[in-house]
Amino acid sequence: MSPPPTTTFVEIDNVDFSYGKRAILKGISLNVPKGKVVAIMGGSGCGKTTLLRLIGGQLTPSKGSVRVDGQDIAALDRDGIYAMRRKMGMLFQFGALFTDMSVFDNIAFQLREHTTLPEEMIRDLVLMKLNAVGLRGTAKLFPAELSGGMARRVALARAVALDPMLIMYDEPFAGLDPISLSVVGQTIRKLNNALGATSIVVTHDIMESLQIVDYLYFISDGSIVGHGTPDEIRNSQEPFIRQFVHAELDGPVPFHYPASDYGEQLGLAKFVPSEARK
Amino acid sequence: MINATRNLGARGISAFWRAGAMARFFVQILANSRASFKRFELTVREIYFSGVMSLVIIMVSGLFIGMVLGLQAFETLQKYGAEETMGVVVALLLVRELGPVVTALLFASRAGSAITAEIGLMKATEQLKAMDMMAIDPMARVVAPRFWAGVISLPLLAALFCATGIFGGYIVAILLVGVDAGVFWSNMHAAVDFRYDVLNGFVKACVFGVAISIIATFEGFDADPTAEGVARATTRTVVTSALTVLLLDLILTGFMLRGD
Repeated sequence: MSPPPTTTFVEIDNVDFSYGKRAILKGISLNVPKGKVVAIMGGSGCGKTTLLRLIGGQLTPSKGSVRVDGQDIAALDRDGIYAMRRKMGMLFQFGALFTDMSVFDNIAFQLREHTTLPEEMIRDLVLMKLNAVGLRGTAKLFPAELSGGMARRVALARAVALDPMLIMYDEPFAGLDPISLSVVGQTIRKLNNALGATSIVVTHDIMESLQIVDYLYFISDGSIVGHGTPDEIRNSQEPFIRQFVHAELDGPVPFHYPASDYGEQLGLAKFVPSEARK
Repeated sequence: MINATRNLGARGISAFWRAGAMARFFVQILANSRASFKRFELTVREIYFSGVMSLVIIMVSGLFIGMVLGLQAFETLQKYGAEETMGVVVALLLVRELGPVVTALLFASRAGSAITAEIGLMKATEQLKAMDMMAIDPMARVVAPRFWAGVISLPLLAALFCATGIFGGYIVAILLVGVDAGVFWSNMHAAVDFRYDVLNGFVKACVFGVAISIIATFEGFDADPTAEGVARATTRTVVTSALTVLLLDLILTGFMLRGD
């Protein structure tokens, strides 16, 4: 069930989570080794983002445990959670940049809040982070003046402002053009290597993920249905993984949402035998 | 009939629940207020957006209302040959009632709605969640400075409203009616009591400031994270603030009457 043995940074063990009576995650277990980029994949609404929130301590599992850097997230109090989050960076789906601040101030925000560094040093650090994502020239712009891809890269620079040990990406490729998508993907990989961090990428973009990640997990209907290295995934005969990788219209994930009999609904039941209607 | 009763009950429970949630929210604001004073520049920035940016509407309204009060007072007082007391009527009405109440209503429309919309949009665009993930509490960094900015701004704006209103009354009394300036000011000085009139007006403004700031920040924080949700929350802020201010004014005035 796990990637090749290295020190585990995030350990999710038999986790259940529900919103009210609606079960989102059912008995999920997975490990994220230190220093690796791991993708969590699956269709929309399968529980990927919920998993990130459990790791970040924004939600608490109803069963099982989530351990980050050896600590059980559910056992931490608010101060403990905040201390843990200082080791984490998170890229939100649409960037979530602070719209009333310039690009520079967005990235400097955490440095000013969490450190007592002098302003000159903060300036240098911010410019270095911006340079790493290729956007040093946008420091004075406001988020509203950036394209979607640029905003995502600025958010990426902000996520790594404090050199986190764990970086989480929530749908980093959603809504990007092919060039921006590739730039963001390569930046994720380079930043992870440069910082010696561990990254979790929640996405449904299989092609980009296969290029940049070390290991992939597939979630469907709240459970893990497959996992492996990019090469194993490319060659997998698992029906769900095949459907996902090759973007097949029908398969374990049906094209049709459950509904009553089509012929009956159209009033054709008496004319066409039920076998023929299928 | 049963449905109507059921709806009424549901609305009552919902209103009661929201009042309880708002009270808890208030306690949370107080518990997270340290940064608002320790890093006072955060609060000063919000005072600029809530208070300074409301100056024009408050002062222009104050001037016009003071002038209207002057004209209305003249209309009635001249029948009794008492137009010299115009200043007293204008000043007492402004300091005791209109100053705090009208300032609060204008503040709720101008600044309260803006605070709700800003916090609501921050929630809708996941900025609050992002801040929380950065180990920075949005209650301390976003909500508390806006709350205290409202509490500090409203009494100051009410004082400016009263001052410009009295100046409006002065313009009408001295320049239009021809009342002697010395009589105008000395009558006002003799009739307006600092503790009973000015201080009570100040207390009202402070209470309204707390009420509007809680409502505006709570509605923003509690808004559904959609465009429609933020629009509804903004409307609720203005309506709830206006009704709350008028109800509180009734209660406070009842307590503040001397009865002699």
